[in-house]
Amino acid sequence: MATPLSLRVFEAEARVYRRTWRGSVVSSFLNPVLYMAAMGVGLGALVDANMPGGIEGVSYLTFLAPGILVANAMQTGASEGAWKVMGGIHWAKTWQARLASPIGIEGLVLGHIFWSTARVVMVSVIFAAVIAAFQVAPLLESLLAIGPAVLVGAAMVSATTAFTVRLKEISGLPMYFRFVVLPMFLFSGAFFPISQLPNWLQPVALITPVYHGVELSRSIAIGGSPAVTWWVSIAYLLAWIVGFGLVCVRPLRKRLTP
Amino acid sequence: MTPLIKATKLTKVFGDLTAVDGIDFEVAEGESFGFLGPNGAGKTSTMKMIGATSPISGGELSVLGLDPATDGPTLRSRLGVVPQENNLDEELSVQDNLMMYGRYFDMSRAEIRERIDELLEFVQLVEKRNAKIQTLSGGMKRRVVIARGLINEPDLFILDEPTTGLDPQARHVLWDRLYRLKQQGVTLIITTHYMDEAEQLCDRLVIMDKGRIVAEGSPRSLIDEYAPGEVVELRFPGGVLETLNSRIESLAPRTEILADRALIYTEDAERTIGIVTETGLEPETVLARRSTLEDVFLRLTGRTLVE
Repeated sequence: MATPLSLRVFEAEARVYRRTWRGSVVSSFLNPVLYMAAMGVGLGALVDANMPGGIEGVSYLTFLAPGILVANAMQTGASEGAWKVMGGIHWAKTWQARLASPIGIEGLVLGHIFWSTARVVMVSVIFAAVIAAFQVAPLLESLLAIGPAVLVGAAMVSATTAFTVRLKEISGLPMYFRFVVLPMFLFSGAFFPISQLPNWLQPVALITPVYHGVELSRSIAIGGSPAVTWWVSIAYLLAWIVGFGLVCVRPLRKRLTP
Repeated sequence: MTPLIKATKLTKVFGDLTAVDGIDFEVAEGESFGFLGPNGAGKTSTMKMIGATSPISGGELSVLGLDPATDGPTLRSRLGVVPQENNLDEELSVQDNLMMYGRYFDMSRAEIRERIDELLEFVQLVEKRNAKIQTLSGGMKRRVVIARGLINEPDLFILDEPTTGLDPQARHVLWDRLYRLKQQGVTLIITTHYMDEAEQLCDRLVIMDKGRIVAEGSPRSLIDEYAPGEVVELRFPGGVLETLNSRIESLAPRTEILADRALIYTEDAERTIGIVTETGLEPETVLARRSTLEDVFLRLTGRTLVE
């Protein structure tokens, strides 16, 4: 039986990664270690001293860990949807090369989302291992908490790709990271509960994928029930993945097969 | 025999621009067919429509008996394409690039490995198998792209300006390889704005200008029809040429005055040079040569191929 076109793209991306992984692996380890040490342990000591009952009943480090796991997955998804897409279309033009083979636009997009999500899984597994090493949550719970993180990462792969394929040049990407990704990273409930935000801003946090992922992930890692019903959050994240994945197709078709 | 490619009133429109303006052509199996024309003539748009990576805007197109609009993936699985830009994965080795591309065609790894051995031999890059693309010269990269295009043993090999931007030596190496493919019976479609390339490689060609086909035939027959005989090229110091227009035009029934030189079409170059001297013209240099496709193009369009 013929291999699905998207899996052929997935394999190609894996082949590229096998030759270039060294650059990314150090930061995959270092990111969680630095965040956990600085925010969790350093800042956490101050927070805990001020809040005898803990945040939502736990220490700041414990509160934070599933949050940055998800926020970090979100960032990984955004980078995968940005630079690689830009390179494939505008720099190395390897996406054009693929389209001269039997691969079509749909297979190209799907394979790209699959592979980028696999990257989110890799980064999140390392992150979860670091969380376990800080003895915040047992390894099993840390690993389970990856599930929502991966959904959030995939949602951002789709959304960012849908944005990037519409760009004519790179200058839109730094803006996107500064004004969309960074605020989403900081204000979606990973570092503090969104109830701390001004009232008018809370609904904005509520529509970000990170918020839903953090709620799910936190409820798995430290118990308790998420603020939004779990299946609503999952459905919402899936809708991001599929919806933004679909809106990648038309602009890509216009750009690559005019 | 049914042609491998058949185009009827083939048209490509981008907004207000008609890139390909209702062209008709047929390519037979085993033929080496060229599209000669300057930049913007519509060659690349035509190639992309044949390669099923750009939908046609009008007319009819059948490639290998398939309709590119509905059988795109099947059609592309039987084509080899060398695009204008190399678009290789620069961080990967030659071998990895070829393996990756072969896998797009769902070939087995063992099959691809065998094919890579043959192809590296063919494009004379055996010793570069493990070299990263970014370390290769322009000519070598071009040969990797040719190997990549042949990985699936295509029924039709499409090359869009295969030697543009290469130095003369690298071009000759490429021509030699392409000539071998032609001898092996591979059907080649080549676009070029180099007349010498078209003369070397094409059995038959069409000359394109502004989206239309202005002439069609073998290189020899086109020359015989539109620019028979010989050409005398006269170069004059800057500014002098404009003052000599009428005197040069009186030398022969057909002359062309270009920016930097005058061309005189003649049956007998030596006699013409004699006449030039007798009339007291004092060109800086005089060159007698056989007519080429460049002269055909000039005759048909009033412009040169490469400005």
